[in-house]
Amino acid sequence: MALDKNGIAKRIAQEVKNGYYVNLGIGIPTLVANYVRNDIEVEFQSENGVLGMGPFPFEGEEDADVINAGKQTITTLPGASFFDSAMSFSMIRGKHVHLTILGAMEVSETGDIANWKIPGKMVKGMGGAMDLVASADNIIVAMMHTNKAGESKLLKKCSLPLTGVGCVTKIVTNLAVLEVKNNTFHLLERAPGVTVEEIKKATEGTLIVNGEIPEMSI
Amino acid sequence: MINKKVNNVQEALKGVKSGMTFMLGGFGLCGIPENAITELVRLGVKDVTCISNNAGVDDFGLGLLLQNRQVKKMISSYVGENDEFERQMLSGELEVELTPQGTLAEKCRAAQAGFPAFYTPAGYGTEVAEGKETREFNGKMYVLEPAFKADFSFVKAWKGDAAGNLIFKGTSRNFNPNMCGAATITVAEVEELVPVGELDPNQIHIPGIFVQRIFQGEKYEKRIEQRTVRQRN
Repeated sequence: MALDKNGIAKRIAQEVKNGYYVNLGIGIPTLVANYVRNDIEVEFQSENGVLGMGPFPFEGEEDADVINAGKQTITTLPGASFFDSAMSFSMIRGKHVHLTILGAMEVSETGDIANWKIPGKMVKGMGGAMDLVASADNIIVAMMHTNKAGESKLLKKCSLPLTGVGCVTKIVTNLAVLEVKNNTFHLLERAPGVTVEEIKKATEGTLIVNGEIPEMSI
Repeated sequence: MINKKVNNVQEALKGVKSGMTFMLGGFGLCGIPENAITELVRLGVKDVTCISNNAGVDDFGLGLLLQNRQVKKMISSYVGENDEFERQMLSGELEVELTPQGTLAEKCRAAQAGFPAFYTPAGYGTEVAEGKETREFNGKMYVLEPAFKADFSFVKAWKGDAAGNLIFKGTSRNFNPNMCGAATITVAEVEELVPVGELDPNQIHIPGIFVQRIFQGEKYEKRIEQRTVRQRN
């Protein structure tokens, strides 16, 4: 059975390693924080200026001066720090943040990502996404394998305006875990009960399937 | 000590004119210069360009200037949450220049630090880089981005003193420190203007040299955009 959003977040949480500083995008990536093992040391960065983000505050304890990049009220954990926007992006551009997890509308087999603009629709802006994808070495995309119309989001070439070129390294969808290398998608794992055939059908870009593909363990 | 203190927001905004370019601190509604925005609305200056990460909401923050049709151009990274903004943008009344968030911050910082421009990887290969100079360093491509030029910076801090020294609180810091000294005149409004000597020099985020005018702000609303809480067990 294909994964739901929480399932995707659970699988991505396994990519978060001890000692990592991690930036989580809005949507499915935000859920990843709920599933990270509690026996490892990880700090979450929010690009509006906080490192060491904690859970949402209890009712009545919200502070208008402490929010995340989604403008939600948050708390901080012991060891947290606040900083200005230029320093925040020094952490990102300077590759001090180890892992960036974000959503996407389309990803191409060359690692291009489109996630900020749909022509003809109101454009809200890229926020920090272009800085994040242009800088991080380790970018995981969390998304559904197909769009609402059932069309593949893993393409030979993105049709939407790009956010960044040749930057995505890994994709976790409701159907599979894939690696992007040598200008192709490499199938690493299947969602529980999903067949290689189903994944092939849902992938427009070049898909490499090498040997037996294991099921994800989540 | 060089005294930067002015008595009120009217004095602080002296010299503000139509057609000028302003920098305004804040991320969403967090850390916005509420008093300066209210005064800009009262003054009714028109055709202004605003450099600000976001554009407020319909009835608060920069949304108030938009409602009043005072803004000619917005330079921002993200402009959701605002219907009037959307209407003016789609009708062509409002010019919008979308800039990646880190580039926006660095264009402020570059102006503050005296750099005319800088190379960034953000936006390379996208429409943001169209028409801009690009260059390869160590096998990676970068885009040349010029520093901003602005007439006034309006920033908001938690505490400050008459010397213009500033301390920020929480994530309301955001773009505020980067905009200090990045325009011809920097106007800082603070929640608490304390006597000179009270702030520990070790703890100051922005030294007074970057600030031309400082005043005690009033009636801070500090609206929360997304009140998100968890249940107590």
